Amino acid sequence: MSAPLARRNPVAKVAAALVFTVALVTTLDPVPPAVAIAIELAVVPLFGVGYRTLARRAWPLLISAAGVALTMVLFAAERTGESLFHAGPVEVTTSVLSGALGLALRVVAIALPGVLVFASTDPTDLADALVQNVRAPYRFAIGALAAFRLVPLLGQEWQLLRLARRARGVDAGRNPVAAARIFVSTAFGLLVGAIRRGTRLATAMDARGFDRGGPRSQARTQRFQGADAALVIGALLLAAAVLLTGAVT
Amino acid sequence: MILAKGFGWRHAGRRAWAVRGLDLHVERGERVLLLGPSGAGKSTLLAALAGLLAADSGEREGTVEVDGRVGIVFQDPQTQIVMARAGDDVAFGLENHAVPPARIWPRVDEALARVGFPYGRDRSTTALSGGEQQRLALAGALALRPDVLLLDEPTANLDPAGADLVRDALRDALDPATTVVLVEHRVAEALPLVDRVVVLDPGGGVRADGPPDEVFATHGGRLAAEGVWVPGHPLEARRACAPPGEGLLAAEKATIRDRLAAVDLLVREGESLAILGANGRGKSTLALLLGGLLKPDSGRIAATAALAGPDAATAPHRWRAPALARRIGSVFQDPEHQFVTSTVYDELALGPRRTGLPEDAIRSTVDELLARLRLDRLAGANPYTLSGGEARRLSVATALASAPALLVLDEPTFGQDRRTWIELVALLAGLRDEGRAIVTVTHDAAFVEALADRTVPL
Repeated sequence: MSAPLARRNPVAKVAAALVFTVALVTTLDPVPPAVAIAIELAVVPLFGVGYRTLARRAWPLLISAAGVALTMVLFAAERTGESLFHAGPVEVTTSVLSGALGLALRVVAIALPGVLVFASTDPTDLADALVQNVRAPYRFAIGALAAFRLVPLLGQEWQLLRLARRARGVDAGRNPVAAARIFVSTAFGLLVGAIRRGTRLATAMDARGFDRGGPRSQARTQRFQGADAALVIGALLLAAAVLLTGAVT
Repeated sequence: MILAKGFGWRHAGRRAWAVRGLDLHVERGERVLLLGPSGAGKSTLLAALAGLLAADSGEREGTVEVDGRVGIVFQDPQTQIVMARAGDDVAFGLENHAVPPARIWPRVDEALARVGFPYGRDRSTTALSGGEQQRLALAGALALRPDVLLLDEPTANLDPAGADLVRDALRDALDPATTVVLVEHRVAEALPLVDRVVVLDPGGGVRADGPPDEVFATHGGRLAAEGVWVPGHPLEARRACAPPGEGLLAAEKATIRDRLAAVDLLVREGESLAILGANGRGKSTLALLLGGLLKPDSGRIAATAALAGPDAATAPHRWRAPALARRIGSVFQDPEHQFVTSTVYDELALGPRRTGLPEDAIRSTVDELLARLRLDRLAGANPYTLSGGEARRLSVATALASAPALLVLDEPTFGQDRRTWIELVALLAGLRDEGRAIVTVTHDAAFVEALADRTVPL
């Protein structure tokens, strides 16, 4: 198999991602996050995820990183270092730029492993592993898994609710107050529908014994093996190495 | 075996009892059809039999006992599937009952085979049709080897092809020793599966109990009048008495990518048009296009001057919403999607208020609609608390409130009882005879038979 890490225990993957990123919180230097991103991008094929898939899932992340950088450039209080250029009233200095860049890189470096883990992990496997390997309560893990199945319905429902409001003769035109009111009423409709579906799903699950409370068996087995432990340890070592790049500079 | 003695249940916060004074005895292996008008407590009784009425969710009277394991299948396929893969979903109940892992998969395979599930265990449950999802839900219930199987309108949310899939599965999959209690409005389709009919009375207790022929011979007429689809009670057809008038709206090679192939049609005044076609042919999409709610990817939707006056030059999807609602009324498949206010009265007043009518003129329009659709007692109720039939009548009434010349309805009779059905047909026939155009997207052959002057197959 060409993607050795995709098959690792989901809990191990989540743990590795956490270990690798928590270290980055401790530094403000832009170098370690940049190194971390390079490592993250390098291991993407090991998880069996295509770069195109990753880009599709990670674009909101890139936008928020850009937003963070822009906010820093515009509003940073401390503007020491060499002045690079003026953009209107904003003076951009080396310290501002390195601070903004460091923060934006950190956002990407910390979030990317999470995106990678969830892109390469089947949600059912994750729920199973949470229950079997870290003893998460099954009511929570399996309940959340079932609820997430209903999430894609919300998108379609939102679209229909919007069209239905137009059909009723309700539109906002250019009036922001009317637009806000329509948004609230649409969201309320969405909420009512979601609660109804959630209640029906919970009843159907209980009818099949989900509320029995006694011991439960597992149809699928998730094992935490040596290779899984190795993945977590590997992430830990890499994290230490990444932090050292910061210390050296 | 099922034994109820003086059983009653009142949901918390309700004044009326959902079920009361119920005595019922069902032997092992019996096949019972449970009937009664809307509100007679059929679903509540099934929930009680399934042990799903939590003690703190209402008040209980008398006793109800079920001997053995109970399985239940509900009507909505989307909210019965728990897992992402078909096999895992069937295994879910077995896991809850702590069946040893080595025995789970053989039982999953057996249950899937019994309901005639055409795919493997790894099939994604979201890729299934409604009928296939209901087969899977049935497999999930049967895998637990229930002694009593409860079926709460398992085909009500399905198109005719999906309903056939489920009925075939029920016919073939059941063990003769399994007791079955089925709730189903469409009696003709349920009869081959049952040998006994129990009719609940909305006033409490059992009104009739016995073999189907006997029960329907004495109680059929009354049940039909109360809304149950009893076979042998024909429906009155309402054909147009005048030829159609001027054209109002045309689709010219209108398409939506991946959803609807090119359609040409002309909707005329005083005409009832039914759009037919299997699932996935884009019927609902066409309804949205004709309703001025979507923009076609290619081709166009064009209004005539008879419908839109000077606005006829612009496409309906570009009209402002109030102008659209005055010309074309859309009734969605799910009535709740269309509710925007907190009382039935305000729902109906919304359209007329936007046209700037004085409040007393609005009141008379609304009162007339309330009376016409039997909603007058509910004027102050919240639309989200209405029953299925009431919500459907309200959603049609809201579209009528701004008096559009064209009404587009998506499956208006879906899941409705016979009484609401007859009222809807009479109302729509009346609107057509006033000169309005009625376009209906539907799977309902009886509706097409009764009301359609012309059909458009997709």
